[in-house]
Amino acid sequence: MGMTAYHRPTTLQDALAIRAGADVAVLAGGTDIFPARTARAAWGDPTHRDVLDISAIPGLRDIEETAEGWRIGCLVTWSGLLRAPLPPIFDGLKAASREVGGMQVQSRGTLVGNLVTASPAGDGIPNLLALDATVEIAGPHGIRRLPVADFLTGYRATALAADELVIALQVPRLENAQGGFRKLGARHYLVISIAMAAGVIATNTAGRITAARIALGACSTTAQRLPALEAVLTGVDHAQAARVVQPHHLEAITPIDDIRATAAYRRDAALVLLRDLLEARA
Amino acid sequence: MIDIAFTLNGAPCTVTAPPFAPLSDTLRERLGLTGTKEGCNAGDCGACTVLVDGAQACACLIPSAQVQSAQVETVEATDGAVGAVLARLRAAFLAHGAAQCGICSPGMLMAAADLLLRDAAPDRAAVRDALGGVLCRCTGYAKILDAVLDASPQATHSPLAGEAVGASIARLDGAAKLDGTDRFGADEAPADALWLRVVRSPHASARFSLGDLEAARGALGLEAIITAADVPGLNAFGIMPNLKDQPVLADGLVRFRGEALLGLVGTREAVAAVRDAALPITWHPLPALHGAAAASAADAPQLHAHAPGNLLIEGRLNRNTPARDVANAEGHFTTGFVEHAYIEPEAGYAQPAPDGIGMEVFACTQAPYMDREETARVLGVAEDAVRIRPSACGGGFGGKLDVSVQPLLAVAARKAGRPVRIIYSRAESMASTTKRHPASITARMAADAEGRFTSYEFDADFNTGAYASWGATVANRVPVHAGGPYRITNLRNRARAIYTNDTPAGAFRGFGVPQAAIATESLVDDLAEQLGLDRWEIRRRNAIGRGDTTHSGQVLHASAGLPECLDALKPDWNAMLAQVAAHNATAPRVRLGAGIACMWYGCGNTSMSNPSRMKLTLARDGTLTLFNGAVDIGQGSTTVMAQICADALGLPLAQFRFVLGDTARTYDAGKTSASRQTFVSGRAAMETGLALRRRILALANAGEDAVLALDGTQLRVGEARVIDLAALPEDLEAEGRYDPPTTALDADGQGTPYATYGFAAQIALVSVDTALGVTKVRRIVAAQDVGRAVNPTLVLGQIHGGIAQGLGLALMEEFIPGRTENLHDYLIPTVGDVPEIDVHLIEDPEPEGPYGAKGVGEPALVPTAPAILSAIRHATGVTMRQVPVLPHRLWEAQRALRR
Repeated sequence: MGMTAYHRPTTLQDALAIRAGADVAVLAGGTDIFPARTARAAWGDPTHRDVLDISAIPGLRDIEETAEGWRIGCLVTWSGLLRAPLPPIFDGLKAASREVGGMQVQSRGTLVGNLVTASPAGDGIPNLLALDATVEIAGPHGIRRLPVADFLTGYRATALAADELVIALQVPRLENAQGGFRKLGARHYLVISIAMAAGVIATNTAGRITAARIALGACSTTAQRLPALEAVLTGVDHAQAARVVQPHHLEAITPIDDIRATAAYRRDAALVLLRDLLEARA
Repeated sequence: MIDIAFTLNGAPCTVTAPPFAPLSDTLRERLGLTGTKEGCNAGDCGACTVLVDGAQACACLIPSAQVQSAQVETVEATDGAVGAVLARLRAAFLAHGAAQCGICSPGMLMAAADLLLRDAAPDRAAVRDALGGVLCRCTGYAKILDAVLDASPQATHSPLAGEAVGASIARLDGAAKLDGTDRFGADEAPADALWLRVVRSPHASARFSLGDLEAARGALGLEAIITAADVPGLNAFGIMPNLKDQPVLADGLVRFRGEALLGLVGTREAVAAVRDAALPITWHPLPALHGAAAASAADAPQLHAHAPGNLLIEGRLNRNTPARDVANAEGHFTTGFVEHAYIEPEAGYAQPAPDGIGMEVFACTQAPYMDREETARVLGVAEDAVRIRPSACGGGFGGKLDVSVQPLLAVAARKAGRPVRIIYSRAESMASTTKRHPASITARMAADAEGRFTSYEFDADFNTGAYASWGATVANRVPVHAGGPYRITNLRNRARAIYTNDTPAGAFRGFGVPQAAIATESLVDDLAEQLGLDRWEIRRRNAIGRGDTTHSGQVLHASAGLPECLDALKPDWNAMLAQVAAHNATAPRVRLGAGIACMWYGCGNTSMSNPSRMKLTLARDGTLTLFNGAVDIGQGSTTVMAQICADALGLPLAQFRFVLGDTARTYDAGKTSASRQTFVSGRAAMETGLALRRRILALANAGEDAVLALDGTQLRVGEARVIDLAALPEDLEAEGRYDPPTTALDADGQGTPYATYGFAAQIALVSVDTALGVTKVRRIVAAQDVGRAVNPTLVLGQIHGGIAQGLGLALMEEFIPGRTENLHDYLIPTVGDVPEIDVHLIEDPEPEGPYGAKGVGEPALVPTAPAILSAIRHATGVTMRQVPVLPHRLWEAQRALRR
C-alpha cells in the first residue's frame, strides 16, 4: 500500500508506454491480483508492484465475428462471454464461464486475465487450447500473434514480454464443431479444479469425427492438448468416441500430489472426464 | 489519492481514495457504508457483494479507480428498483429466518437482488446459481433459498401474552442485520483510534530475539511497537482456570505458526505499510512437533514445563468390564483440523479510561465475562475495571469463546493511551485462532446375538495444538459421550489431549463428540452387518430412553426422546432404502446409498457450575426491560430469551425492550457454548419473568393466574386491580438465576455430568460417482428431541446449519496450517452443496428446562457426518475411516477394496 503507483491510461499507446517504462502488474478484472495481494500482506509483505489498470482503454471489451472466426477483446469478462450469441463451438468455454468462482468473479474477471495468469488450474485455458485460439499481443514493435499453446511456457509463466500486453484472443472458425467442458472439484461453486477436460469436436453429416481437439487442465504445470488422442479420434464415429480413450493417451501429462488430490487420482480422473466429455458429444 | 466520481445508491458521489484500494475499503472506511462486509478480501466469501453497473461483484476485488462513472448499489440502497427489491427481500429474509448472525446477509441480499432484477420469477436452481458466490456458515442456505423464492411483503405477527413460547416469530434483532446497520467488530471505532497490526510467527517452533525496536518504530513512523515486556499484568491467557498457558505476545519462543510476537501501533497507513522483513527479529527455528503422534513419541521435546510427555490431560470413563461377544467390531479413525470459518474475522477496538486503569473493549465474542476476566488479568487490573461490549457476532461456533483481539487491543491501548482498533485478516484469523481438535481414535464395540450392545472401548488422542484452550473440556466430554446414545453396560473410554506445535485446537460445535460419533456409528454399522440386522433396527433396539442409565451412571428420568426420533425417521428410512435398491439394481456408475446415525449431547458444562443470571425491570414510566447478558451469535438467543421471559411474566413480547450483553449493564449469563443458552439462560429468563410476576401479584394481592395488561404506566392485574406504576416509590425489578444441577465425575467418569441431554438421529441419502469418487448428499432427514421448540423457525435454522457444517466435516473441510489459510483452499459448503433437508422436531419436555426446552445447536451437527459415511458405505461398500472424504480418498479406498 501507499507507495504503489496506479496507472489507468485511456489509450493503448499510453498503456504500452507505461508497460515499457516500468515493472507493472497488469490489472483488468482484478480477480487474481487482489487475492494475491491479500495473501502476501497477511504474512507481512504489504508491498505491491505498480499497477497498470487497462480497464479504461476503449475497444477491448467486444467479441467480434471476423472472416476467420471470432476476436475476443482482452476486457471481455466471463459473464460477457456467456451473454454473447456464439455458436456451439464455444459451449465448453461457456460452461467454464459458469464455473469460474461465483457470479461476482464472473462479472469482473476476464478470459484473457485467466490465460495470462497461466495457473495450471485456470478454467479457461484448456478450452482456449481446444478452440485453437491465438493470442494477439501488442508491443512496442506492433502486433504479434502466438498460438495459446506457445504462449504458455510453464507454471504461471507465459511468453508475454515485459513491454507487451495481450489485447485479444482469436478463435478460428471450424464448421460443425461442438465444444464441451468437464470440471471436477470438491464442492459446487467457488472451487478450484482438481482436474478438467475440454474439447472441440467437428463431425460430418455421417456422424464421423472430422477434427478433434482435446485438452486437459490441472493435470500438468500447464494445460495441454492430447495430440495422440486427437489423431485416433479423427475418423471415428462420434457415438463410439468415448471408447477410444485409453490410459496411454495421457502419457504426456504430469499431475502432482497436492491438497486437492493425488497424482494417481488425477491421472485416472482425467481419463474419466475425457470419456464423459466424449460421451456427451463434447 | 484520486477523486472518484460515481453514482452510489442512486445519488452522485465523489470520494477521495487510493485508486488501488478495494472498493469495499473505500465504502467502509471513507464513505462510512459499513453494511458491505469484508470476510476474506480475496473474492472467496462474497460478503462484500455489491452491484456495479447492475451486476453483482465482490467489492473487495474492485480497485476503487474502476468505479469512476459507474453505478454502485450497496445494501444501504433504499431508492429505485434496487431499493424496492431489497425491501421485499428483507421482509422475506426476516419471515423465513434467512439471517442468523447476519454477516453474510448484505452479500446474500445483493446477490439475490442482482437475480431478481434480471429474472422476477426464478426457479430454485437459478437462485442457487445467483447465490453460489456467497458463503453462509450459519443457515445451511435452505431458508435463504426459501426467502429469495418468496421475496414479497410478509405479514408480521406478534404473539399475544402467554403465546410467545412455541411461536415462529421473526428474530427480534433481524432488521439491523438486513439493512446494514448492525455493528459487527469491524464496523465501529472511535474516530481517533489508532490501528494495531500483529506480527506473527512464520515458524511453528522457534526462538527469536528482538533488536532495536525503538529505532524501528521511529523509522517506520509507528506510535508504538508492543512486545511481551509491555503486558502490564500477566502475559498469559487460557480457558482452564488453573492453566493460563498462552502468552498474549510471545516472549522469545513461539510454539505455532501464527503466534503473536509484536504489535505495531500507528496510523492505518503506517501499520499497513510495514514489511515484517524490515523489523529487527532474528529467528532461530526449532524442530516442530506436528500431530499428536509426533508429540507423544518417547523422544519428543517437551513443549510446556507442566506437561511431561506433552500430555495436557486425560479423561476416562470406566464402567464394568468390556469383553468380546457374538459380534465384534473394531476400527481406527482419523479426523483433521476443522476451521470455524465464521464469515466475520475477529475485530474490535479498545478504549482506555483516562485513569490509566479502566478499559473498554468492543469486539465480537461468545463469552463477554470470560473476556473481561482474561483482559483484566493481562492488564493487571480488577475485573470491574474492564468493560466488555460485545459487537454483533458474525458467527462463532466455538471459535470466539477464547479471547483473540481483546488482550492485544487492551495492551496496545494502554501503551498508546488512545483507543486502538484491529481487524484480523482472514489468513490471520485462520492461522491464529482455535480449530476443531484432530482426533486419532481406536474403538471397539461388541453385541450379543440379538444385537444388544454389550461392550464398548474407546481410546483417542486429540491434538490440542500449542496451547490448552478447551483441550481439557474435550478430554472430559468425549469419554462421557463416546459410546453413543445406547444402552451399554461395559465401557472403557479414554481421551487424551496432546500438546503439539500445531494451531491451538479449542471449542468447535460439539467439543470432540462429532469426532467420536464418526467412530462409534461406523462400528454400529459393522455390528449390524455382522448380525444381518438393518442399521435402523440395531439402533432402535439399543436406543437409550427414559428410565435408562447412561454410561456415567446417570438415570435419564425425563426428556430422552431418541426412540421417538428413530420412530419418526422409520418411514423415510424405508423409503430411502427402497429408492437406493431400485436405483442400484442396474449397477450404475453413480450409485445411491442411505445412511443413519444417532447422537446424544449433554447441555451445559461438564460437571461444572455454569450459572446464568438475568434482570427484568418494569420502570415507573411503563418501560419493561430485560437485561440479557447471553450473547446472540446468530442462533437467536436474544429472541428466545425474550419469548420465554414474556410468557413467564405474562405480558406480550412486543412490550419488551432489551439491554443485551454488556458486562457493565447485564449480569453474567455465561458463555454461548455447550448448547446451554436456551436451557440454562432460558431457564434464568423464565425465573426472571416469574420473579417479576410474583412481585406484581404480591403488590396487587392477586391470585397466581391473574392476567396482566400494561398500558402506558397503568398495569392491570386481573379483573379488579390496576397498579399505577408512576405512583410507585421505585421501579419494579426482579432477578432470576439458574445453574443446572450436576455432580462431579469420579475417577471412572461416573456421576451426573449434565442436567439434561439432547438426542437426535439423522438419515442421509447420497450419490457417489464411483468412477470419480465424488459424493453428493441428496437428502438429509433429521429428527431431534429439543424438549420444546421455543421458536421453531430458529430451531430449524440451527438444525439446517448444523447439518451443513456436518456435511463439510464429512466431505471437504481440512485445515492444514500454512497451506489452507484462506477460503479457496479451505472449502466450506456452498449453496450448491447442501441437500434438501427435512426435520422432525420431537418435543419430549425437559422438566429442568424453560417450558420443557433444552439445547439445540451442537446436537444438529453431530450425526450428520457419520450418517453420510454410513451412506457412502451403503453406496460403495467402502468404509471410510478418515474425514474429509475427498474424492481422491474415496477413489483410493474403492481401489483398495477391489484389490
